Amino acid sequence: MVYKLTLTLLTFLLIAPVVSAQETVAASVEATVGDPPMIDSSLIPAPPSDIKAVDTDNDHGHSITVTWELSADDGSGMNNVLSYEVFRWVPFLMDELDTLRVELARVAAEIDSVGRLTGELKDERAVIWAAIDDMADQMPEAHRMYPEGGEWRLLGKVASGVATYDDTGGKDRKVSDFIPDFSDLYFRVEAVTSDSAIRAASGVAGPVQSYGQWFNTGRTPVFIAFMFFGIMTVFFVIKARRGAELYVRPLAGIEAVDDAIGRATEMGRPILYVLGLGTAADVATIASFTILGRVAKRVAEYQTELIVPTYDPIVMSVAQEVVKSSFSDAGRPEDYNEDIVYFVTQLQFAYVAAVNGTMLRELPATNVYMGKFFAESLLLAETGALAGSIQIAGTDEIAQIPFFIVACDFTLIGEELYAASAYLGREPVLLGSLKAQDYAKAAMILLAIVGVVAAQFEWNWFIELFHVVD
Amino acid sequence: MKKTTYLLMAVISALFVLSWILKAGSLSGETDNYVIQGFLITFSAFLTLSVLSFLYADNPLYKFAEHLFVGVSAAFWMCMGFWTTIVQNLIPRLSDGLSSFFEVPPQPGDYNFFFFIPVILGILLLMRLSPKGGWISRWPLAFIIGTTAGLNFVRYLRSDFIKQISNTFVPLLGTEWQGIGHFFSNLDLSASGQLVTMAANWVIFLGVFCGLIYFYFSKEHKGAFGAASKVGIWVLMLTFGASFGYTVMGRISLLVGRITFLFRDWLEIIS
Repeated sequence: MVYKLTLTLLTFLLIAPVVSAQETVAASVEATVGDPPMIDSSLIPAPPSDIKAVDTDNDHGHSITVTWELSADDGSGMNNVLSYEVFRWVPFLMDELDTLRVELARVAAEIDSVGRLTGELKDERAVIWAAIDDMADQMPEAHRMYPEGGEWRLLGKVASGVATYDDTGGKDRKVSDFIPDFSDLYFRVEAVTSDSAIRAASGVAGPVQSYGQWFNTGRTPVFIAFMFFGIMTVFFVIKARRGAELYVRPLAGIEAVDDAIGRATEMGRPILYVLGLGTAADVATIASFTILGRVAKRVAEYQTELIVPTYDPIVMSVAQEVVKSSFSDAGRPEDYNEDIVYFVTQLQFAYVAAVNGTMLRELPATNVYMGKFFAESLLLAETGALAGSIQIAGTDEIAQIPFFIVACDFTLIGEELYAASAYLGREPVLLGSLKAQDYAKAAMILLAIVGVVAAQFEWNWFIELFHVVD
Repeated sequence: MKKTTYLLMAVISALFVLSWILKAGSLSGETDNYVIQGFLITFSAFLTLSVLSFLYADNPLYKFAEHLFVGVSAAFWMCMGFWTTIVQNLIPRLSDGLSSFFEVPPQPGDYNFFFFIPVILGILLLMRLSPKGGWISRWPLAFIIGTTAGLNFVRYLRSDFIKQISNTFVPLLGTEWQGIGHFFSNLDLSASGQLVTMAANWVIFLGVFCGLIYFYFSKEHKGAFGAASKVGIWVLMLTFGASFGYTVMGRISLLVGRITFLFRDWLEIIS
């Protein structure tokens, strides 16, 4: 074993740098550098056999997977195979494409140096692009010419004992590892010994064409979960729309919102609502909009002051719409003004500094933190506590929940935030979604129970059902 | 303002100037632009102390630091947004003429009709400035929220649902279970031993099981269901406690960094 490892190391240190990607390979045995050495034919290993090349599954194309049977002298027999080198037949047309890429890069560099696109450079670039497009059209034909007009080129190597290689290339014809789709490709593999001159080549695999797939079968579990969840959501939404009473257990944090608004009204002090640092597309922020709607409606009814400093301009726009609608729903559209929701800045701690300042100057009776929060959570909540405000928080950022728990009066933990929006809104869509989530959790519990049994008795087929390809 | 406030401001200003002079003097042998460097270090220390003064109470120094920070950051991000997103990324993909105007290299290979969609959505978003056409701005908002939520849905299904399920598939008796007699006769208390592995697997399974029950909203938490829910909240609280301690340690290191700046770079008390 030590001997083999030493040989492998020596081979890679001394011989590998000599082998270049441009190397042409003879049919069976040949030397790579210098004069052909004397080769003891008894040391030539058995070639890899049964070579197969197929389009790589579940990808966007531009990739071929090559497999082979290990050499009889890999791990047994003479046991002198150190690695396998994989080759693809490449038409010389690809070299011209490389030249054009270099030209294109040169023109781009000139444009960069000039700082603008001159008419001459524009024409030059257009000519190159036309040539690249033309070449792309010729690629399938050039590959069909095998074995004329091209040569075998080294793609890469794998260690002994490995019998597969993915030839993965870019899909953009501007990149140097571009592999054309729908072109006939040919591959072969060579078993290489510690003396790189002593090697044995497999037969040729091909023609094979690469192409992209529409459906990634490795993500079938996600599709099934998607369908399950989708059907459950639609079912419960329809049920809720038909007037069915869907029970949602009371949440202490949300029950406290109304009390907190009443407190603010009695004290004649404002309510500060912080939407966090999330974007308008974050689930926590979306849930927070619903709660903001409810708070704004109550604020309009009680004629209390509301302050909503925002971190993201899009969140600000949505929040303004939400508050405006709530004031209209409460029958007080005239009380709404654009300054209730305002933009502060998009720098985290500058935002915190501004909100903290607002807390100490305006002394809000209630602070509501709902949405996505990061390192600022404790800074905000601690300042709010110092200012003597009642604080209600909710976030799905697990790392920040502890800070809210220690510094706030009520905290909605993770998914309670989403449930709160459904609980408050009582809208069929939200309630239906919440019910579907609950059923998904029930399914999760059942599958976890079956899963631990499967893991104990090694029912790997069951565990594999949940394997998702990234 | 009160007279004492003026007096305090004068003292702080004098201290600032004194610190600047001393700092510049100490840097004079090290760098050519020692006056500017001295000012920057003194100003950084002044802003740090101004922000820390918030621990006592809200005051004009904190207000100054806050407004400076907010103003500079808002302006900075606006400029960054315009020059990096619109000028550097969008314009080169839209038009040669505009690229020449802004002196950015065009990227014709990346020309794509789809790049006009964000332009149109951006313009629609600005319609909210129009008193009559403000409703149009709801369309791009709906597009942004809808598409991103849809994309995230698939991602969450994979990472939070499927992977969470499969990570719960752990053998509760360990992988080398050969009967209770064998287990006790070969009891191994090491971290990689069967007992610890079993305990860890039980914690994972029961933690997920009870945690999910706590987050089940369609049923009142009473009886056995309520008991499991209570175990769930205990599991959550223990996790939060560990997370709290871990994060606080990180925050302390930030404080240490700031104190190091004050004592080493500004006051030069420590080396």
